[in-house]
Amino acid sequence: MTAAEQWIAFVTIVRKEVRRFLRIWMQTLLPPAITMSLYFVIFGTLIGSRIGTMGGFTYMEFVVPGLIMMAVITNAYSNVVSSFFGAKFQRFVEEILVSPMSNNTVLWGFVLGGVARGLLVGLIVTLLSLFFTDLNIQHIGVTITIVLMTSVMFSLAGFINAVFANNFDDVSIVPVFVLTPLTYLGGVFYSIDMLPEFWADVSRLNPMLYIVNAFRYGVLGVSDVNIGVAFAMVGVFTVLAYAYCMYLLRSGTRLRQ
Amino acid sequence: MSKALEIKGLRKTYGNGFEALKGIDLDVNEGDFFALLGPNGAGKSTTIGIICSLVKKTSGEVRVFGKSIDDDLANAKKDIGVVPQEFNFSSFETVWDIVVNQAGYYGLSRSLAAERAEAYLRQLDLWDKRKVASRMLSGGMKRRLMIARALVHEPRLLILDEPTAGVDIELRRSMWTFLADINRRGTTIILTTHYLEEAESLCRNIAIIDSGEIAENTNMKALLKQLHREVFILDSTACLPEALSLPGYAVERVDDHMLEVALEKGGSLNEVFRLLSEQGIEISSMRNKANRLEELFVSLLAKK
Repeated sequence: MTAAEQWIAFVTIVRKEVRRFLRIWMQTLLPPAITMSLYFVIFGTLIGSRIGTMGGFTYMEFVVPGLIMMAVITNAYSNVVSSFFGAKFQRFVEEILVSPMSNNTVLWGFVLGGVARGLLVGLIVTLLSLFFTDLNIQHIGVTITIVLMTSVMFSLAGFINAVFANNFDDVSIVPVFVLTPLTYLGGVFYSIDMLPEFWADVSRLNPMLYIVNAFRYGVLGVSDVNIGVAFAMVGVFTVLAYAYCMYLLRSGTRLRQ
Repeated sequence: MSKALEIKGLRKTYGNGFEALKGIDLDVNEGDFFALLGPNGAGKSTTIGIICSLVKKTSGEVRVFGKSIDDDLANAKKDIGVVPQEFNFSSFETVWDIVVNQAGYYGLSRSLAAERAEAYLRQLDLWDKRKVASRMLSGGMKRRLMIARALVHEPRLLILDEPTAGVDIELRRSMWTFLADINRRGTTIILTTHYLEEAESLCRNIAIIDSGEIAENTNMKALLKQLHREVFILDSTACLPEALSLPGYAVERVDDHMLEVALEKGGSLNEVFRLLSEQGIEISSMRNKANRLEELFVSLLAKK
């Protein structure tokens, strides 16, 4: 296929992916909006008013960046894993496998679908947060870059999960048992400076801590960790995840008999 | 004549050790309407899967219009359209989206995709259903949708894996007409089917595959010539006598108005009618007892 034909194929997948999550907005866009609004009300307003300030910010200001990033991560990941596994489950992944599209076209088509949903949900949550607090973004470049890199990384991770998933339980295991706990323990609701030394060190092994803090740095201008380390880590994980996705597509693992 | 498909020494052993293909060789000429027949589990779908790159071959060579699936897979794929045995489209998408998106996967512009989609959906009587989610279609409509989807990028080689399974007779015949027309316009077609009548009426060449090996590969006329014996069912206008005999022919009285006559190769039906007429028996209608190809199919597989 020519580059122009590959582009048409890529746009076709992206359009299909975006239309899919917009068509089922009650399952894809509404739940995170409701859940995050509840977080804002309960943790930010009701409990947060009793907590006082954290790192010089109101508790609501402190939790908003982490909650936005949590929504982006979960939705980017979930979109790719559920869409690609659904295609495998109903066998219409064969429409793609028999076509002359390159593996890169297929992969980035699905990844961009995940990024689109992650960013749209992130935007919705951000707009909702404005009902509860003001957001004065300190470093717009850092904010946009980290949110883009993170959504790409988790979309790639979702693709890997979808390739290996055998049933719908396998699709929900990682978001429920890995992503959510790691994000909760990754400094969304607290600063690791509040933790005893041992638990602070343990927290530094959690990659979510770096992602959440990088985003918080972009929004509030403060971070518990080195931002350079956060970008390097997300970059390395993204490259590794991409390389592994390409290996899976090339080898046909779990896709071709 | 150039080859649409060349298969040499194709082997496939699945992970569980099952040897689905044991080194088959197969050629299909450009423009042919080719039947690939065989019992369940013979290796037909595995062969098709390998051609379309849904199944990884263990060894051997496959070329589509001269393009190797090892060295030039993307270009080989562009020439192939496949209609699989099982429904494999999103049940939530509309008929229109399924066909247009498939065109997009082959790099067709949106406007060309729309033009082709309309043409094929109209030809396959699905135009009125274009806005309907695919899960709402009947079985026959779903089969036709898969044909439209396979044709939208106008492949030179169309592979149909049991396209008329579960389709009523009327629709099956209209699909035959459609496929014959597509073939006349130059598309090479490979068909697997369990309806041997379908293969006999549509296909010019045929391969029979059994237990992963090619049992027969010839043209339809030559294959049918191998028939040594045909059985005809004759209906008489009046009640048949209890003791019925036709000297030189194996005859069986089925009931009061029906008899079966076995005719060896070279035998004359005129002679049978003359003998019956001498006994005052008038025949009102006649038909083959079994499909001729079916008889051959069974006998070929029995020999193995």
